[in-house]
Amino acid sequence: MDIAFMWETFLILLTGLPLTLELAATSIFAGGILALIISLVAVVGGPVGRGFTRGYVFVFRGSPLLVQMFLIYYGLGQFRPLLQELGLWAIFREPYWCAVIALTLNTAAYTSEIFRGGLNAVSVQQVEAARACGMSGPLLFRRIVLPIAIRHALPAYGNEVILMLKATALASVITIMEVTGLAGKLIADSFRAFEVFIVAGAIYLAITFLVTRLMMIVEFWLSPHLRMRPPTLA
Amino acid sequence: MELIDRYLALVGFGETGWGTLLLSASAMTLGVSICGFLAGTILGSVVTFMKLSRYIVLRWLADAYTTILRGVPDLLVIYLFYFGGSAFLGYLGGLFGYQGFIGMPAFLTGTLALGVVSAAYQSEVFRGAFKSVASGELEAASAVGMRPWPKFRRIVAPLVLRYAIPGLGNTWQLVLKESALISITGLVELLRQSQIAAGSTRRPFEFYLTAIVLYLVITWASSIAFRHLETRTMRGTRSSL
Repeated sequence: MDIAFMWETFLILLTGLPLTLELAATSIFAGGILALIISLVAVVGGPVGRGFTRGYVFVFRGSPLLVQMFLIYYGLGQFRPLLQELGLWAIFREPYWCAVIALTLNTAAYTSEIFRGGLNAVSVQQVEAARACGMSGPLLFRRIVLPIAIRHALPAYGNEVILMLKATALASVITIMEVTGLAGKLIADSFRAFEVFIVAGAIYLAITFLVTRLMMIVEFWLSPHLRMRPPTLA
Repeated sequence: MELIDRYLALVGFGETGWGTLLLSASAMTLGVSICGFLAGTILGSVVTFMKLSRYIVLRWLADAYTTILRGVPDLLVIYLFYFGGSAFLGYLGGLFGYQGFIGMPAFLTGTLALGVVSAAYQSEVFRGAFKSVASGELEAASAVGMRPWPKFRRIVAPLVLRYAIPGLGNTWQLVLKESALISITGLVELLRQSQIAAGSTRRPFEFYLTAIVLYLVITWASSIAFRHLETRTMRGTRSSL
């Protein structure tokens, strides 16, 4: 154990942290929106929508993320003339955007299943009650269905956020130098796997710890009905 | 049609031979996944016993194991075993005056890394299953005079296995997909073979798409197998619904 070396490693790995967080935040945000659309299609899209979403989820959950990333990064490069014509080459040329696209498509499949479960958990009575008050359409969805669905889905969603944070490590395989990319390079240079592993692992553990606490706060904030009421009102 | 013909000429079983190679690489993916999963079951059982132990230090160690291994990217664990294992073997060799070690065997690295990671998940599955064993069953076993070991072997273990199978199915799918990461060690499994093929033909799209389809076939087949196993082990139980 070489403390000086570990401190140096820590400082180097820290420079990769913004990229890791950026990758995770971008793909979780975009994946969340995509997942919302997909789960809406699954619920209201009839048999065609259900079939499409089931196929999407099957493909993206059944195959490794790394292969999906390779397909997008290396595979789409094969269609360079076509992509250049469409003006999309600027996106697919960059490993960063390819990683974001792969992570987004992948997390959307998992997240849509979580959202679908949340939407199914909204009981018919709650919808009926809202209708009895005269709510319908987007208002009913925004005020009643969505908040309840989010509340149900949140614990599982927290797991997915953490899985995504860890999945950004795969971006290092397509030449992105985030925390794991830097760690891999350091290990290959110094051959001191154990020290680098401890430092990199500690960084990831610290982030996931913060994320789980954050999720707990959001959960607390979203479920006022389960909180203990102040004794003076009782 | 022309597209399909061109695809088959590239990936099929004709003179190029990539189809055969991809299939044998799929077998390698299955092999390293099965070995990793079994290693994870063995290590996971040990961790489970530690979690259920009456000694707080063992419980604490086991919880730390699960937290760390689930909180760290699996790619890092693979790096640790790949580079660290080689350094360790080299050091051991040095102790005995042998300088010839170059690297860890890739298959062993894969098995160890997948085993260590999946043990963290499997130990949680087993712990949940242990909690599901009804206390009445344990009392009944004690009442007919079973001693601890026969009680464990004939009552607890079969019940735990029965409750654990759905969770083990999830873990198996996880290991199967994670085995693609072993390609960085140079083990020629499905992803690595596709990389080789994509590189030498300069047709990455076709080969990575084929790899995805082959992975889907494997995960789909194993989900069927696990569902079959589940219904078999649940035979003789009445549904509570």
